[in-house]
Amino acid sequence: MSTSLKTPEQDPDLNTPLGGVSLTAGQLPRSAAPTTLVAAGVAGLLLWLLADWAIVLCALLAAAAYVVIVYTWSRTVEGPRKATDRFVTALVSGAFLLALLPLISVIATVVTRGVARFDAEFFTYSMIGVTGEGGGIYHAMIGTLIITGLATLISVPVGMLTAIYLVEYGRGKLAKAITFFVDVMTGIPSIVAGLFAYALFVMVFGPGVRMGLAGAVALSVLMIPTVVRSTEEMLKLVPNELREASYALAVPKWRTILKVVLPTALAGIATGVTLAIARVIGETAPLLVTAGLTDGDNFDPFDGRMTTLSVFSYYEYQSPGLFAEASFDRAWGAALVLMIIVMVLNLVARAISKLFAPKSR
Amino acid sequence: MAKRIEVKDLDIYYDKFLAVQGVSMTIQPRSVTALIGPSGCGKSTFLRTLNRMHELVPNARVEGSVVMDDDDLYGPNVDPVNVRRQIGMVFQRANPFPTMSIYDNVAAGLKLNNKRLKKSDMDDLVERSLKSANLWEEVKDRLHKPGSGLSGGQQQRLCIARAIAVQPEVLLMDEPCSALDPISTQAIEDLMLELKTNYTIVIVTHNMQQAARVSDTTGFFNLQGVGKPGELVEIDETTKIFSTPAQKATEDYISGRFG
Repeated sequence: MSTSLKTPEQDPDLNTPLGGVSLTAGQLPRSAAPTTLVAAGVAGLLLWLLADWAIVLCALLAAAAYVVIVYTWSRTVEGPRKATDRFVTALVSGAFLLALLPLISVIATVVTRGVARFDAEFFTYSMIGVTGEGGGIYHAMIGTLIITGLATLISVPVGMLTAIYLVEYGRGKLAKAITFFVDVMTGIPSIVAGLFAYALFVMVFGPGVRMGLAGAVALSVLMIPTVVRSTEEMLKLVPNELREASYALAVPKWRTILKVVLPTALAGIATGVTLAIARVIGETAPLLVTAGLTDGDNFDPFDGRMTTLSVFSYYEYQSPGLFAEASFDRAWGAALVLMIIVMVLNLVARAISKLFAPKSR
Repeated sequence: MAKRIEVKDLDIYYDKFLAVQGVSMTIQPRSVTALIGPSGCGKSTFLRTLNRMHELVPNARVEGSVVMDDDDLYGPNVDPVNVRRQIGMVFQRANPFPTMSIYDNVAAGLKLNNKRLKKSDMDDLVERSLKSANLWEEVKDRLHKPGSGLSGGQQQRLCIARAIAVQPEVLLMDEPCSALDPISTQAIEDLMLELKTNYTIVIVTHNMQQAARVSDTTGFFNLQGVGKPGELVEIDETTKIFSTPAQKATEDYISGRFG
């Protein structure tokens, strides 16, 4: 073990101030960065319009030009520290825009193409007897709600109880093993979850079985790890002092968990559960093999095929039939409805966490 | 109410680490016993063994006996929950339940245990507890507002009200004033002097003036050395400890010549 410390070249005398540093420094005008940005943007636009270069290339060139100009300009006027600051600011903003781009593009596409079928028939009719235009997704909407609802019903108790075990009771090897396998489970491809559920139901009902419940089981395989993880994190955030305060009042452990720990963490748990629902509600592959597709209403999860929005959307696009345009419209419409449901779920989650969050006033 | 506690040859362990060794003392009923000593010498650890909170730490255990009026707290078949029912505790950091109102915080000891009282009895109990904790006047108009909206000193008094609402025999206080300003500290010290007419109080404090002001008996804990267990150096009447302590270590500590 060598304990040699780096000896400084110069012995700095910490008892006297360094001095000689001026308090004022050169500064770019406020409009410098925006002007450069606009100029770079215009230059890129001109390249695109006049020289007819690819738009992506133009945008990249404009961004690069902005970064180079602002950095060198700032470095000559303001010095290296501020120049670095501007450089990193530009990088971070660029990364943010890059991340936002596909998101906005997807939303815009789904909305513009999906609204074509937002009429009363779309929401009130199923696909029975529909070969051309018209038809609706009523059966798929209800199917999605039933299957996701059932999956939630299975996953939330299992997931929450697992998390409670891990945080409040789990010690030693068993807890470690469970944590490990929960982590592994988050990485299961969704089709594998679907095949697992299918195989499970085949063992009971025989080959070729299709039912909503199987879909719900497949989804809950995907959902449980998310619920466990988010609940676990939330329970860990509950300060130990609250548990001790409760124990000191002679409250038994199970009551402490039920009445002190869970209520304190409820807002976060509710958010986590909603996000877990949002994650599985759009799953297609596992429902394809377990719940299948049907044209008519089937709201009995224990018997027969059941359509969900994602599977419906997939089939409408994959095998459009003779009236392709109408099919595509339905597919986009279903996708938009699914997106709206997820959005509503997120709003609900926010409302719930506001409602349950510990207040201080 | 108020019981005598006899501690005999108590060794306190965290897993294999012996944290406090060989403590024997008698805690008199209806009095304030102060425990002083340097940080890390095991005062709080010892205090937490008195209501079996110590064992909440994984693998923590004790050897020896703590007898409260003929009942060994560490005897077989003793339910720690029942021990804590009789020995309440106030912590260093005020910890009101954030999900509950001021009223519910005071009533928590009963409500969390599903003991039902008539509304008027419960109101009465809450009012009495808050009055005992000198908090009633400040919060009586906002009983149903969250407890976490109170100031630090008020929160600590709320915790005291919560602890005495279940009418324990003994009240343990782990540095209850260490995060409070002098005015709140004064309020809590006054409160201790009032409470000792009914309760047995044990307080851990770093503030020797506080120990001198409020306690009848003072115990001095010290470390034998780095990595060695803490021990009770001496315990005696407060006036004696602060004027003519028997041990040199005690004198050094209280006169500020520590180490």
